[in-house]
Amino acid sequence: MSVEIGLLYSRIRRDEKLLLSELRDRGHDVQKIDVRDTTFGVGAAGGEGFDADDTENETSDAGDDTEEATDAMSALAGCDVVLDRCLATSRSVYTTRFAEAYDVPVVNDPATARVCADKVETSLALADAGVPTPETRVAFDTESALAAVESFGYPCVLKPVVGSWGRLMAKLEGRAAAEAVLEHKATLGHYEHKVFYVQQFVAKPGRDLRVLVCGTEPVAAMSRSGDHWLTNAKQGAETAAFELDDRAAELAAAAAEAVGGGLLGVDLMEVGVAENADIADADADAADADADTETESRYTVHEVNHTVEFKSLNDAVDRDVPATVVDWLEATHGAETDDTGGTDDTEQVIAE
Amino acid sequence: MTETDCVECGGTVALHDDSEVGEIVDCETCGVELELLEAEPPVLDRAPELEEDWGE
Repeated sequence: MSVEIGLLYSRIRRDEKLLLSELRDRGHDVQKIDVRDTTFGVGAAGGEGFDADDTENETSDAGDDTEEATDAMSALAGCDVVLDRCLATSRSVYTTRFAEAYDVPVVNDPATARVCADKVETSLALADAGVPTPETRVAFDTESALAAVESFGYPCVLKPVVGSWGRLMAKLEGRAAAEAVLEHKATLGHYEHKVFYVQQFVAKPGRDLRVLVCGTEPVAAMSRSGDHWLTNAKQGAETAAFELDDRAAELAAAAAEAVGGGLLGVDLMEVGVAENADIADADADAADADADTETESRYTVHEVNHTVEFKSLNDAVDRDVPATVVDWLEATHGAETDDTGGTDDTEQVIAE
Repeated sequence: MTETDCVECGGTVALHDDSEVGEIVDCETCGVELELLEAEPPVLDRAPELEEDWGE
């Protein structure tokens, strides 16, 4: 039995192509919905009450180049589940909320999207759940932000509350740099830049860890290594498969649960390992710690991503990541697979 | 494989058979990023510039 799946998008990355291919190979019907060409009605403004032709007629005085728009409620009506793959966080937050309002199951749900989209919300959710996360202070004025920076000492980190791929992240090495960056942020214009999110600098061993979680189950992980203090794959970090120990898996699951669960990318850093230490030393330290019974965490969770990119992960690990994701989607949304698809979640092996 | 013209430089852009509407392709002649707006026949336009809230 196939499932009708809506895919909200504004750009088809390799991640979306991998998912589309896997879904179609299994016989599922996929409806791509470009959110740029779509309007989302509230109440009676959507669904059958919306007529794109009427809209065109009403605006015809403005010229003939007014394009028709798709009505989201109508487009989503036949979907068994909607997959949010919006590239823009703002679109993701709102479109998932609309899907929920239209009673269409959506992955990830809007509450999870809201928490993950905002670093303050994420930090609070992780802290509430007792998940170790870097010490953070939030300020709303440059003077109090500077006080927060000084309370951590140098270096410390200033992050935008909304943003990805390591953009606008600042590692502050001294007071002069802190004053300059804070002044620049205060003049950038958008109010979000006046929410100063200051965080302790975590000296990591030249890498961080990305864990893909389905629901609350970690399904694949990789390390991201580089000489730069930022080790995002987008920043050119080298990726490699990473075997999670029990503690890392436990924290990834707990972090996912803290934000409501779903298809998530949980980012962890190893702590207590010298910055830029030899990776082999870090692995040895991890192995030694595995043998210990101490409960103190050797990891800290610094981010949870709700529209997780996984193409680099898929390249790095043996597991077929898109197949695993679709397995999970089928399992969680009541679908049965036909004979051409479906995999044993624990036995999936990538075909490279 | 389908070929069409780059809207920026007029060079030839090759599209794979599994190209998806919404996908970004690079023009190998001028390097501009192009978005596939329609598949059959292929219609390309310059890809949107990076927005501040893009990411994951």
